[in-house]
Amino acid sequence: MLELSILFPSILNGLTTGAVYALIALGLTLIYGVLHIINFAHGALLMIALYGVFFLHQKLGLDPYASLLVMVPAMFALGYLLQRFVIWRASHGKDENILLVTLGLAIVLENLALYVWRSDTRTIETAYTFSTVNILGAMISVPKVAAFAGALAVGAALLLLLAKTDLGRAIRAIAKERHGAKLVGIDVEHVFAMSFGIGLACLGAAACFLLPSYYVSPQVGNGFVLIAFTIVVLGGMGSFAGALAGGFIIGVVESVGGLWLGESLGQIGIFLIFIAVLLFRPQGLFGARA
Amino acid sequence: MKELLALMGFGIVMAAVPLFVSSGFALNIIIMTLYAALLGQAWNILAGFGGQFSFGHAVFFGTGAYVAAVLQVRFGWNAWAALPAAVALGAAVGALVGALSFRYGLRGSYFALVTLAFAEVFRILSNTFEFTGAGVGMMIPLTESAADFQFASRAGFLYVILAFTLIACLVTWWLKHSRYGAWLQAIRDNEESAAALGVNVFRVKLGAIMISGALMAAGGVFYTQYFHYIDPHIAYGPGVSVEALLGPIVGGMGTLFGPLLGAAALHLLGELTRSLMGDAPGVSLMTYGLVLVLMVTFLPRGIIGLFSGRAAPAKPEEARRA
Repeated sequence: MLELSILFPSILNGLTTGAVYALIALGLTLIYGVLHIINFAHGALLMIALYGVFFLHQKLGLDPYASLLVMVPAMFALGYLLQRFVIWRASHGKDENILLVTLGLAIVLENLALYVWRSDTRTIETAYTFSTVNILGAMISVPKVAAFAGALAVGAALLLLLAKTDLGRAIRAIAKERHGAKLVGIDVEHVFAMSFGIGLACLGAAACFLLPSYYVSPQVGNGFVLIAFTIVVLGGMGSFAGALAGGFIIGVVESVGGLWLGESLGQIGIFLIFIAVLLFRPQGLFGARA
Repeated sequence: MKELLALMGFGIVMAAVPLFVSSGFALNIIIMTLYAALLGQAWNILAGFGGQFSFGHAVFFGTGAYVAAVLQVRFGWNAWAALPAAVALGAAVGALVGALSFRYGLRGSYFALVTLAFAEVFRILSNTFEFTGAGVGMMIPLTESAADFQFASRAGFLYVILAFTLIACLVTWWLKHSRYGAWLQAIRDNEESAAALGVNVFRVKLGAIMISGALMAAGGVFYTQYFHYIDPHIAYGPGVSVEALLGPIVGGMGTLFGPLLGAAALHLLGELTRSLMGDAPGVSLMTYGLVLVLMVTFLPRGIIGLFSGRAAPAKPEEARRA
């Protein structure tokens, strides 16, 4: 058995990493819950957001956390336009088509980034990049603690939005009964695009919280995309609480798995969980059986 | 019958190419196009005829490639002897993935995701263990003799890949005209109705993924022999999975000639962008992604859909189900 003094920091580290995963998964689960589509371009769009944060810092000297004010609305707008003018038009009403279109988008974005910015790995340096806080004897980096708090805040904001606003009510109505919602006068196409936009806004926030302790490269999204799918499936497609809990679980599994099996093999736990959940409990831990 | 004649004509023309073309560059393009057509046809059998969209077909390709490399390097097998073993293991991996996902009723996006996850698991495993060369990959010894499935001239490789591709096309032709193929297409069109009519949905889908896996594995063996090298990213990375699905979508899914047409169109496009933009990183894949989006948007039935006059697909508003 591992020493508790190693295991405890590893779990805490996993929880903070999991918070960022949860943020990414929140956007994905919202898009799935409402549109019933799997957004394969999620990872590539996160990469775009990370470049956004990077260049805001490099060219304008904007702090990554201040970039939240720019990136969240910018990603929202991008998402709204993408859904309304690209994905919706391409889908022809078939789920397979949406899968293929978002896959195509992912390929285009990733290789566009490769062409424009080359495959260099870029990082930013801030005053707090390497500072840590002591939590019950474990040293955790400050950006990761900030990400943890940020994920909880975004999760709470999303829940409020869904519960209290007209838009939230429209989103929930469409998620439950698309035709009925249309009959009572909800602009389905608009709400779809709003949902996609909000989903990408979550990515914008995730990018701002991620970059201070991470890096950006054209392929950076790939690592996240399957992890985010795993979390969404684990937590139950469309469930926010599930996405948060799933994020923390996967973060801890990855961190502790890496401790046991080494960096390379440690990730395998995530995919095995993913396959097992898909096969044996596709409704997820928190989803109701359809 | 007309289709078989067309296939035969295609085979004869391709087989005659080395008699008139000696440029290694041109032969290489034809070989890579036929190779893409083979991968595309393998994917087409499962997705175009069976309606099961895999995003992780690399799992079968990589298995074929690694079986060929491991048997030669670690056990001293002859490459030709390794070929049937690799194809059988490709089918076996197909049976494993298929049995698990179809037993538990995974469809649509879920099936796409689970195949992707399987490919990732295999990639991580091959990246970890010394047995498969880990991250460094595996190099197979260069011998350049036909007895070792390595040819001094490209013409030899062309005949092999042509034979593989023609076999894949014959299998597809058989699917179009056999009872088994009719079952498979019935499942694609409406799984519940097919089951209600007495089609054993599980076994038919399992058969399709095994055939598809076997053909993909043959493509993997060819890759290893042609390039003498394989590593986890080439074998199990997303590149091959995307290459396999791109051709049929561009050419026309669920058709016999769609994957051939798609592979040819994509390679033409690839050469065109290369001559226009140079070898800048990402450019060719970027155009492929763009083509994917444009095809799905404007020509969902592929290039072949231009020539056959069926009704255009319904508008999203009408077809979209709640």
